[in-house]
Amino acid sequence: MNSLLSRLNSLFAFTLTVMACLTFGCFLSTAFKEYGAPVHIAIGRVSVKNMEDFTGPKGKSDLGFLTFDVRADLDSLFNWNVKQLFLYLTAEYTTKNNAINQVVLWDKIILRGENTTINLKGLRPKYFFFDDGNGLRGNRNVSLWLAWNVVPNAGMLPLLAGQGTGHVRFPEVYEAGRSF
Amino acid sequence: MLSFDLLDDVRRMNKRQLYYQVLNFGMIVSSALMIWKGLMVFTGSESPIVVVLSGSMEPAFHRGDLLFLTNYHDEPVRVGEIVVFKVEGREIPIVHRVIKIHEKETGVVKFLTKGDNNSVDDRGLYKPGQNWLEQKDVVGRARGFVPYIGMVTILMNDYPKFKYALLACLGLFVLIHRE
Repeated sequence: MNSLLSRLNSLFAFTLTVMACLTFGCFLSTAFKEYGAPVHIAIGRVSVKNMEDFTGPKGKSDLGFLTFDVRADLDSLFNWNVKQLFLYLTAEYTTKNNAINQVVLWDKIILRGENTTINLKGLRPKYFFFDDGNGLRGNRNVSLWLAWNVVPNAGMLPLLAGQGTGHVRFPEVYEAGRSF
Repeated sequence: MLSFDLLDDVRRMNKRQLYYQVLNFGMIVSSALMIWKGLMVFTGSESPIVVVLSGSMEPAFHRGDLLFLTNYHDEPVRVGEIVVFKVEGREIPIVHRVIKIHEKETGVVKFLTKGDNNSVDDRGLYKPGQNWLEQKDVVGRARGFVPYIGMVTILMNDYPKFKYALLACLGLFVLIHRE
């Protein structure tokens, strides 16, 4: 009854049970938390070009250029069950071709313990802002929003958008020149 | 001594008990299968639980972490979501984040993915000439996360002998062990 094996077995089972309970408690303790925060987004220079989409699809597409400022204090989002935040800045708009377009322009990972205040000025997109066709020129209604994916130690993976958007108005004429 | 003890246990069983043990074993196997299939119905995903196999989503997910997926078709794919998708010609599903979507008025979505830890998007991973993923490529979307537990599966896949040994031990234990 009390052989070494059976003792090891119950010790192992007990350890596993305790760890599972603690992990579940960790998940429950933050399961109903709202991870919202205000965000300030301002747009700087804006222009649009028409060129070959060298990132993949064939044919000429509109390529948007812009600079932007982002300000946010995300300290309130962190708690003991947040391992990292994945921030992403998205441009969302409607075109003739597509009812909904969402293009991530910039992203950033904030690990626990890193600086949680975002204060960026005159930033350029990290990824090319190619449209699926020619829907950016003269597009007056492109909204920019910052959202985050909360990655926990254990638990759900919620996606939340910050309160506050920026609005981009693309000009009616293409900028000349092939440079970017 | 140990094996002798166990065999002794079996020898002392009568026929009725032996049947009971075998049925008990069958119960365990079928309820595991039922839970898995039930999860498939409940989540709408053909593979509701996956193990992360690569480091392309670090530091969010490491090798051996476990993800819970759902795949409800009335929830359209949006940027920022972590999707698990299959590419033609590749056996193993990939876990990456959506960074670009274009949705037609009819609701047809095409999207592009990228691993958080990769510096370029996934067009190099898709089959040659493929620029976008569609709903039919999606296995599921990550909804929940538990660290480390998938290490067991990775160990079993890397060392098949370990897998068979473990399965044999568990099977024997259930069959032979007396309640």
